[in-house]
Amino acid sequence: MIEIKNLHKSYHMGKNSLHVLKGINFSVSEGEMVSIMGSSGSGKSTLLNILGILDEADEGSYTLDGTLIKNLNEKVAARYRNKFLGFIFQSFNLINYKTALDNVSMPLYYQGVKRNIRTEKAMHYLEKVGLADWAGHLPSELSGGQKQRVAIARALASDPKVLLADEPTGALDTKTSYEVMELIQGINDEGKTILIVTHEEDIAHMTKRIVNLKDGLIIDDSPVNQVRAKTESYV
Amino acid sequence: MFNLERWQEIFEAIGKNKLRTFLTGLSVASGIFILVILLAMGQGMSNGVAKEFENDATNRISVWTNVTSEEFKGMNPGRVIQMDNRDYELAVNKNAEQLELKSGVFSRWGQLTTYKKENGSYRVEGVRSDYQFLENESLVSGRYINESDLNNYEKVAVIGNQVYLDLFKDKNAIGEYVDIQGIKFKVVGVYTDPGGEREETRIFIPLTTAQRVYNAGDKLRSMAFTLEKHDKYEDALAASEAFSAQLESDLKTKHTISPTDKRAVNVNNTLENAKKFYDLNNMIRWFFWGVGICTIIAGVVGVSNIMLIIVKERTKEIGIRKAIGAEPWSIIGMILHESIFVTAIAGFLGLLFSMILLEIAGPYIETAYISNPTVDFSVAITTVIILVVAGAVAGFFPAYRAANIKPIEALRDE
Repeated sequence: MIEIKNLHKSYHMGKNSLHVLKGINFSVSEGEMVSIMGSSGSGKSTLLNILGILDEADEGSYTLDGTLIKNLNEKVAARYRNKFLGFIFQSFNLINYKTALDNVSMPLYYQGVKRNIRTEKAMHYLEKVGLADWAGHLPSELSGGQKQRVAIARALASDPKVLLADEPTGALDTKTSYEVMELIQGINDEGKTILIVTHEEDIAHMTKRIVNLKDGLIIDDSPVNQVRAKTESYV
Repeated sequence: MFNLERWQEIFEAIGKNKLRTFLTGLSVASGIFILVILLAMGQGMSNGVAKEFENDATNRISVWTNVTSEEFKGMNPGRVIQMDNRDYELAVNKNAEQLELKSGVFSRWGQLTTYKKENGSYRVEGVRSDYQFLENESLVSGRYINESDLNNYEKVAVIGNQVYLDLFKDKNAIGEYVDIQGIKFKVVGVYTDPGGEREETRIFIPLTTAQRVYNAGDKLRSMAFTLEKHDKYEDALAASEAFSAQLESDLKTKHTISPTDKRAVNVNNTLENAKKFYDLNNMIRWFFWGVGICTIIAGVVGVSNIMLIIVKERTKEIGIRKAIGAEPWSIIGMILHESIFVTAIAGFLGLLFSMILLEIAGPYIETAYISNPTVDFSVAITTVIILVVAGAVAGFFPAYRAANIKPIEALRDE
């Protein structure tokens, strides 16, 4: 599904250049659930941005579902993001003047889906995350966990190949984090490929494989025994 | 533009951001409002000036004589030059084919005029039948001086509307006799003059009668002419200037006046004055357009400013939209579509309010040099279109820049 070879990325700030990724080799096959760990500055967010076609590597190749991602213009990049990827952010990034339902249906709007079909599909995904009753609410009327679940529904709405989550539980308390992780695990169980960037050990252990980054290099890449995030088990 | 889905998106955004929409709209609406009022005032001034100039036929050429100011061929300055019928006939015969209206005038100031117990002091002018049109007068009732009056030395009078009001107090005047300096004249007509009261306190009698009753022989005070109409203004001006020059030189030759004497013969060419007036009017118009264009520029700057704020405010939203698959052009389209829609609606509202104000208050504005301020509707529409287009162009660049911000940077913008 994801194939990365010898990936390099540097940032230039004035005269200083910061070499963030120093040759990453990494692949993810379909249905995997991988967490990327590392201290801040290890390059994990940069890696995720490149994987999300939000940023471009300086060197190396990135193949997503058999498509080489290189030198894309904004238009094609946008189309690929819409087609291949679903994003889940730490700060949710919902559009604050749109209802939960409208937020979820937005990727479908950009796919050119008709309004009534859009609403139907969006409603389906809201039901899936258990928020059907909150469809008409604005993000400001929802709790953090609910917002993240709306964001997950939005990420799923375009039926992407890969879900990319950047610290999905970073702004949530432990209980809510586990609820969200339970939901993400459920989605993975249905066969969706998921990548999660996190620095929390317990969250990382809820995935099936942990990739450890340090100073722009992968220092460890090993499968783990998945801990199920059953809410009861926490209590 | 005709994408229904896009419209739904925009109405949603507008509905959720009422204050922002209102402020954008307000600045555009007030800009258009000011511009329209300004242009209307320009038109009003133009109308007002036009009104000041409309009391005589626009291509009238008047001639009158005075005392000489220069010594010539042994004759001293200060000699009184008196025109007579032969001067008139000479001018008429020499230019028979190009003259349209013509009249000699013999006038007296301050003639005591009495009707029953009412009386007043008016200027009495002996004229020919063409004089009505030379003075741009129209008849309220009765008729003007005609050829038979002139041939028969009839004692008939055409009185101004003000004279009529003074002496007759709205009663019938036609056929009544008024007493001018002891001589009875029969009133045959009442006229009105766009020059107003000052021009309507005159009494016209046949030239021949005037020369006879004032014992003036064949003397003339002045002469007035108009030339045949020309299609082009330049031709008309050239012809009337040539005629004026020729008339002046003929009179100077005949009365033995120095060619350089500026006081003895006066030729007043209304067309030349009209040219000055048209130039002035054009200046006024250009001035107001200049101010108007500046107002539009200010409006455009205002709109772009608000657009810039809108884009800044929506940077994060744009980042989110791009992350979930919005293409750059759809972002630009969305922002421009919204702003053009808002400016257009607001522009037309401003236009509507200013038009209503002009419609209601306009006719009451009637001071010297400002009269009935109105605005050409097509001009107003043009300005609205200019503003909307300019606003869109000005807003395009921030929108374009925003659409090209990398989504990660936009998302980082908290």
